[in-house]
Amino acid sequence: MFLRTALLVLRKDFTIEVKSREILYTTLLFALSCVLVFSIAFVKEGEPLEDAAAGILWIAIEFAGTLALGRTFERERYGETLRALLLAPAPRTAIYVGKMLGIVVLLGVCELLLVPLVALLFRSPLFAEPVLLVALLLTGTIGFAVVGSLFAAMLVRARTRDVMLPILLYPMTVPLMIAGVRGTVALTQTPADPTSAIMWIGLLACMDTVFLVLALWTFEPVMTE
Amino acid sequence: MTISVPSPPTAPVWRLSLSPPKAVTADFDAVSLLDVSRHFGRRRAISRLSLTVNSGDIVGLLGPNGAGKSTLIGLLATLVVPTSGEVRFGGETAQSLGTGLRRRLGLLAHELHLYPELSARQNLQFFGRLYGVSDQRVEAGLTRAGIEERADDDVAGFSRGMRQRLALERALLHDPRLVLLDEPFTGLDDRAVGIVLDRVRELAAGGAMVVLATHDLDLADGLVTRVALVRDGRLLADEAAAAGLRARYRSVVGHA
Amino acid sequence: MRKAFLPLLVVTAAMFAYAPVMIAHADYESTMGLVQKVMYFHAPSGMVMLISAVVCGVASALFLWRKDPAADRVALAAAELTALFGLIVLVTGPLWARKAWGVWWVWEARLTMSFVGWLIAVGYLFVRKYGGPGSDKLGAALAVFGTANVPFIYVSVNIWRTMHPMTTVVPTLQAGMRGAFWFSALTLFMLYGLLLTARVHLERQRAVLDELYLAEEDRS
Repeated sequence: MFLRTALLVLRKDFTIEVKSREILYTTLLFALSCVLVFSIAFVKEGEPLEDAAAGILWIAIEFAGTLALGRTFERERYGETLRALLLAPAPRTAIYVGKMLGIVVLLGVCELLLVPLVALLFRSPLFAEPVLLVALLLTGTIGFAVVGSLFAAMLVRARTRDVMLPILLYPMTVPLMIAGVRGTVALTQTPADPTSAIMWIGLLACMDTVFLVLALWTFEPVMTE
Repeated sequence: MTISVPSPPTAPVWRLSLSPPKAVTADFDAVSLLDVSRHFGRRRAISRLSLTVNSGDIVGLLGPNGAGKSTLIGLLATLVVPTSGEVRFGGETAQSLGTGLRRRLGLLAHELHLYPELSARQNLQFFGRLYGVSDQRVEAGLTRAGIEERADDDVAGFSRGMRQRLALERALLHDPRLVLLDEPFTGLDDRAVGIVLDRVRELAAGGAMVVLATHDLDLADGLVTRVALVRDGRLLADEAAAAGLRARYRSVVGHA
Repeated sequence: MRKAFLPLLVVTAAMFAYAPVMIAHADYESTMGLVQKVMYFHAPSGMVMLISAVVCGVASALFLWRKDPAADRVALAAAELTALFGLIVLVTGPLWARKAWGVWWVWEARLTMSFVGWLIAVGYLFVRKYGGPGSDKLGAALAVFGTANVPFIYVSVNIWRTMHPMTTVVPTLQAGMRGAFWFSALTLFMLYGLLLTARVHLERQRAVLDELYLAEEDRS
């Protein structure tokens, strides 16, 4: 019941997105613009600053992810469909998990574009250890989606939700960003340092678990008025 | 593209509460609000309200803006938690009944709960699958709403009346026992109003409980079997519907 | 507790007044000079901030899962004090760092943790103020996440910084300073306790006032 509901919600979001591709395209383009702005800031005499690529990649993911979160939940606000979802005869946390998985998938698609782009623009050997990089991105993105989906759902009815989401989300995702960036740096430096990267991945997995459990406990009390 | 996931055995995939899994709720015959209050700081949305709705009742929840009608509907839908008092469904609270209770609830609010980016059929199929309703029922719902020819068009292109009919079918797809309607007549033409009226009467005849919050006293007049007059979160009168509803409303609630 | 408040307040005020005397008499740190003495309030403020964050998190958790309004009041008061003492830490820290390490700010574990923790506390206060209806629950969820996050922030910054050996090291406490240090610490702890009590009391009075308004409405 739980998994089935979550997957139904995920599939519904996927169907909507496939039809218009609005959130996907705009998020991608936003991420691209981010990378552009950062590259102007962080390139010195034609050469990218050392390790800038790692930071830029993760910042672009975070910024684009924040926008995507806002827009995904805006869809549920129009027509108050979130209310209707909360009325479904399934555990309410299943709705949360469905939305969260949707964000993971969306950001995953963005990363498919961003990673090669950043590698290219910044001449960064991001693909030196592809398996570890994927693991790093996966754990980091899941952590971001877990926290972000909860906060975005919480803020759906708030008047100042657009600005509150970044204000609340960015400090909360600091350890995720640190782990992500340092892990990426460990993978792209010469010589590569896979041991450190694995340690960071482990830390991320730990954070993901704690945050997910907290989110599952908190979702229902927070969503009922 | 079909994703079918086998439902897990009776013990769910993971359980974060300690209570055992609930059986599917049997039908209940009465819903009671017992001395319910809901306040937001200093503002009292609902003030010590007691009301019972029985099977077959069509209760008209009438009152001016800000009277607390929407909050009451929210309380009955388990979307709002009372600050004091209880809401009981057939003698049990929502907590003890678990998620099975929501299978017996249907809500249609002003915002219609439809995804404009999806087609009518996709909307009904999504909600239908959430409730475990068969695809044939979904098709039947589309026919009842009178939109079979446009079933695959995006809801965004529908007129208000068409959306309302579709939204009504969505709310009733799973045969709910307690039907909550918050301003269902806004923006409807005559024919659509007639459809809604017939549907509501049919539901009540089938044993459902209908709670209808509305401003439209004339429409409520011919329809409701009981009248609950509210103002400022308080229940001013709870009585059987009689002729001259407008006059009765004016005398009790006043020109608020 | 009520009766103890005023005498405790007097005692704390006296300790506060005496603290500078103790600090002045403590050992003079040769390398840093007078500015080192900021540490007597900086470090205990850091401890108080951490305690306050935990209090806020626990109270918020109680509020979310037991719906106890008293817990909500404690959470709000604790969040305000976290922000306050956090501000003290963030202002006194750079003052000390400038003299000790030559830079105004260093991304070391404790300072970063205080900064991010402070941002979360301020975010909580914003949510309570601008969040609209139901903001008490939103804030509570934020506080629960924030408190759970604090150890992660510390650990991640710590690992990050220790990978690059740093010349900045926080010194351990010399014997001659201990007396003054723990005296200041005790003063600040007591101050925290009193402020928390007073603030919670204020919130409780507000709730009582709301109840009176509602009761008055009921009568009419």
